[in-house]
Amino acid sequence: MNFVQNFPFFSIVLSMFSGTISSVLPEKAAKILNTVLISLVGLMSGILLVYLMETGEPYVYWMGHFPAPWGNEIRAGVLEAGMALFFCIIMLLSIMGGRKKLFGEVEYSKHNLYYILVNLLLSSLLALVYTNDLFTAYVFVEINTISACGLIMIRQNGRTIEAAVRYMIMSLLGSGLFLISLCMIYDLTGHLLMSNIKESVAVLAAQGEYRVPLMVTIGLMCAGLAIKSALFPFHSWLPDAYGYSTVSSAAILSSLVSKGYIFLLIKIIYRVIGFDIVMQSRIIDILFIFGLMGMVFGSLSAIRESDIRRMIAFSSVAQIGYIYMGFGLGTEAGMTASVFHILSHAATKSLLFIAAIGLTDVSGGSRQFFDLTGAGYRNKMAGVAFTVGSLSMVGVPMFSGFVSKLLFAEAAIGHTYKMLPAVMVLALSTILNAIYFMKTVLRIYVPEHKADYEVITAKDEKEYAVTVACFILLNIALGMFSQPVQSWIHAGLAMFG
Amino acid sequence: MLGPNLFINYGEAVAVILFGIGFSNLLLQRNLIKKILGLNIMDTAIYLFLAEKGYIAGRIAPIVVDGVQEVEAYINPIPSGLVLTGIVVSVSVTAIMLSLTIRLYRRYHTLDLDEISLRLRKEELK
Repeated sequence: MNFVQNFPFFSIVLSMFSGTISSVLPEKAAKILNTVLISLVGLMSGILLVYLMETGEPYVYWMGHFPAPWGNEIRAGVLEAGMALFFCIIMLLSIMGGRKKLFGEVEYSKHNLYYILVNLLLSSLLALVYTNDLFTAYVFVEINTISACGLIMIRQNGRTIEAAVRYMIMSLLGSGLFLISLCMIYDLTGHLLMSNIKESVAVLAAQGEYRVPLMVTIGLMCAGLAIKSALFPFHSWLPDAYGYSTVSSAAILSSLVSKGYIFLLIKIIYRVIGFDIVMQSRIIDILFIFGLMGMVFGSLSAIRESDIRRMIAFSSVAQIGYIYMGFGLGTEAGMTASVFHILSHAATKSLLFIAAIGLTDVSGGSRQFFDLTGAGYRNKMAGVAFTVGSLSMVGVPMFSGFVSKLLFAEAAIGHTYKMLPAVMVLALSTILNAIYFMKTVLRIYVPEHKADYEVITAKDEKEYAVTVACFILLNIALGMFSQPVQSWIHAGLAMFG
Repeated sequence: MLGPNLFINYGEAVAVILFGIGFSNLLLQRNLIKKILGLNIMDTAIYLFLAEKGYIAGRIAPIVVDGVQEVEAYINPIPSGLVLTGIVVSVSVTAIMLSLTIRLYRRYHTLDLDEISLRLRKEELK
């Protein structure tokens, strides 16, 4: 076995282990350990990605050297390695961009707690990406929930505690549904490893046995993960959780935590149940409808919102709707578009949160719409960043959001009866996005001189400037050079099959 | 078709009904403590389901005694293992929920989540 093949296991264990050590380290050491760890895991995932691209074959890694039906397994393909790399990049940038704010909002003595939570979150995300065992996935879903809850309430005020409670309640409902569906599928097939379940499910489907229990199981699984990733009717916890937590947490939650669950759902669709069986069921149509509703109602709520952070949070609801709409199309192209949108939304939403904090800082800490007047002149980099993020969200060519909208439209065209609703809602949602994002961009560039507000330049906050520049480059790279990314997604989804 | 099956598998039926009770309590109760009770009922119902499914009548726990080694003599240990893991997870989330409840109670002197949201909204207006 090649040494590179150990890397997924190393990444998961290293991040979990450094979470444990961080608890006894001083704050500064914990911070350095965290940065080194995320970079190291990103580097390992990158090497693994190159290796897998060369071999072109996914591989299975036995944990504890027990063969297939008994042991626990890790599986790595191109898509998994690439996702791990991408998650590391976004996490590193989000933490860098919000570090100054972290000092203002969280007591210094609690900073190493923050890094423990971030490390645990990273390890659970990596485990969700790599695992080949459904029950292991459940355990790491719970670790993910707990650490995300900690990230919300690390900034102590009434709002965040209430948001954490609401987040926990919705998440626990979701994981309860996921757990019972997992027990049912174990009951139906007698396996917990994804590849073995898929074989048994294929046999069951071919024989036409247990049709109703199988459908109920798929439904519960989709519902559980949809609740956890804040699909439209289950998004009530989201604006508070994203709006009031410290900015790194908001960026990580919106761009990584919900994406981890969605990636697990993709794995379940492809590797546990089988693409064809899921697509033949009616469940996919329900996801489609809720996705469409989310795209419209998320944007409508964002238009009504005058608090900039909450507005960006509501925009997430709409974007999650896009991803589920792509699933609902039930084609390979729709899936590709959804995976691309996972990347593009993660890169854009964390940029928007980081930019928004730069704007509110130069407006006397106020997040209200009218107080932001002229903020784009007082903090030029945040202004540019917010503009880039908004343009990308609206779907202007050159930026990543455009490519994902294009892919969604291409996937929808040619579909017999889902084409019309999908394309119409896509257009409507783009207009709604444009209303609230462009309104804000115009507002921050209204020339108005307010002497009592401070002015921040790139020289004052070098780390922030570097972060924002990286985010903008990432966005433009995803938008301009989308072809390799698309072929990577295609190759990865093919390896799932 | 459903009738006799339901009667034979009454244990699973009870587990799913309990799951429903726990789920709706967690979702609909306003009182935080009652929500947490709902969470525990929901999780325990899943363990009941697993235990019902994992037990085969007439067999014993898979610990080799008296040199009996046939597979037929023992039950599958994995469902019990899953229950144990599940209990660990549910204990830790219950602990977090309870600690959050204590925090909220100290701040607002109520356990009613809607009431707390109402007060938060008033706080912001000041």
